[in-house]
Amino acid sequence: MENILIEVDRVTKRFGDYTAVTQTSLSIERGEFLAIMGSSGCGKTTLLRMLAGLEEPSTGEIRLDGVLQNGLPAWERELPLVWQSLALFPFLSVLDNVAFGLKMRGVPKAQRHAQTWVWLKKLELEEFAHRNVAQLSGGQRQRVALARALVTEPKVLLLDEPLSALDAHLSVRMQALLRSLQRELGITFIYVTHSQSEAFSMADRVVVMSRGKVEQVGAPKDIYRHPANRFVAEFIGNVNIFKGRIEGLSNGVATLQTSLGRMTASIGDVSARLGAESDFFVNADQILLNTADYPGNSIKAKLLSYKFVGNMVTLYLEREGGEELKVTLPEPAYDSAGLKIGDLICASWPTVSAHLFPESH
Amino acid sequence: MIWKITRWGGRLYTLFVFLVILAPLVASLIFSFNSDRFPSLPLKEFTTEWYLLTFTDPLVLEALQRSFLVAIPVGLLSTVLGFAAAYSDYRYSFRGKNLFNLLMMLPPTIPAVIMGLAMLSYLSRINLAGNVYSIFISHVVISLPFAMALIRLRLAQMDPSLEEAAWNLQANSAQSLRYVVVPYCAQSLFAAFLITTAVSFDEFAVAWFVSGLEETVPVRVLVFLQGQVSPRINAIGTVVFATSILLVVLAMAVSGVGKSIRPKATDQ
Repeated sequence: MENILIEVDRVTKRFGDYTAVTQTSLSIERGEFLAIMGSSGCGKTTLLRMLAGLEEPSTGEIRLDGVLQNGLPAWERELPLVWQSLALFPFLSVLDNVAFGLKMRGVPKAQRHAQTWVWLKKLELEEFAHRNVAQLSGGQRQRVALARALVTEPKVLLLDEPLSALDAHLSVRMQALLRSLQRELGITFIYVTHSQSEAFSMADRVVVMSRGKVEQVGAPKDIYRHPANRFVAEFIGNVNIFKGRIEGLSNGVATLQTSLGRMTASIGDVSARLGAESDFFVNADQILLNTADYPGNSIKAKLLSYKFVGNMVTLYLEREGGEELKVTLPEPAYDSAGLKIGDLICASWPTVSAHLFPESH
Repeated sequence: MIWKITRWGGRLYTLFVFLVILAPLVASLIFSFNSDRFPSLPLKEFTTEWYLLTFTDPLVLEALQRSFLVAIPVGLLSTVLGFAAAYSDYRYSFRGKNLFNLLMMLPPTIPAVIMGLAMLSYLSRINLAGNVYSIFISHVVISLPFAMALIRLRLAQMDPSLEEAAWNLQANSAQSLRYVVVPYCAQSLFAAFLITTAVSFDEFAVAWFVSGLEETVPVRVLVFLQGQVSPRINAIGTVVFATSILLVVLAMAVSGVGKSIRPKATDQ
């Protein structure tokens, strides 16, 4: 395939008895911004380190541009990495840090410096060129790490949670910088993070990993709207999950018996069986309050608390059985609804907003 | 109230320890400038005669020269070997690593006399006893653990991803050593050189066993003492002490020992 740059082919990594990555396959396209997301210990960093050649896969193959990378030492791969700790060389100036990769390749000094200055300019670091890295702020150090990795003009840049040490404000600015840099250079970025907001705001495609396995790969919107399974749905966090037994299947709609009565959900491309225990989910921003439009899927619940995030409000409702229901709505809608804590609210949603999960194995 | 007493008690005790350690040195310093042949009070006139006598004695000058001739190469080789040992410990895991580390740290725990005797019997077996090389070899063995300990301390502060970053930027293992690990350890390497040089310069017992006729300064001092009680001892002692303390203070200054052993924020 022309457009595939990196192929991860059934890769497994074991450390003694512990398996960090299990039979993982992934095709990474030329020029895409790919985020690998998961909680700590899910294997995302191990996968990235295997790409960089800092770990060797126990089984499986990694190919870059069709060339097998297994067995190549890190210094013979062209997959620069930006570390979480940045790993800048504390005894070198900003200039020498950025020029390091070129020096190791034996680029002559004049050319080396010319190329380094191009990147110092691009990342607005010229005035710091002769400073020690210790004298820089967090954001400046971040840009030095980026310049150092990009100065050799690689086809791929690997990033291991580089923004996790920054405050929220700076992190958002760095996200914008990374995104525009990636568009401008047109190279592949592989970005490992535990942060959903970082992954979703920057990436073209997101890989969700858990316990060494890939759970879902897709565009952020697809993952958000259609989490492939219960794990992804819970990780994304903005969904309500219901348990039920399938009692009827017709026209792409499943009817389920739940503890809260009979409900309907769209089947999508999931294979559903009559009588099967099945979970389904409703996105929190698909739920409507106090409308009588969807009598089939409605719940009475008490308003427990609410939380503002940006211009969205998340309401926490308590269902009759004591379970929680999450609803998000834009702030103006919340204001006009005039709700008070303790109010009994009718929450409802159309069948198309409820989706069956595939049966868990 | 009680903590106040303990604190003052602690201070007094520290002061007492320093007095006990320093008293002979101070006495030696004072009497080295005293014109009386015997170290007794009251003091007589101030004189530099003993220094003049000492440093015009060809045997002393020869010993001094030899001491430096041995101490500086010992410092260099101990530092190189100490770095190699510390880096092996940092980078690699191998069978018998604990044993290796234990072995590396062993020499200072062996009583000097036993060490000297062992060195003598071994070196004479391979026809290397009684010359400058035998002192050199023995002193490297004694100094190496100090160099290794110092360099290991510094390596322990190094973010492991620093070396990985070098590899990631196309530096092979030799280049990453040359351009990342060694510069990172530069100060402790220099400090290790100074300390090991001081250890060798000072060392008496082992040198006495293996040096034969090739005396170093501390051995010459003993020879002085055996002959007669000469105030030149005080002069030479003061010079040896001053040299060693200078090396150690210099080593502490460059390595930052005493300031803080925590990694700086810049190492992140």
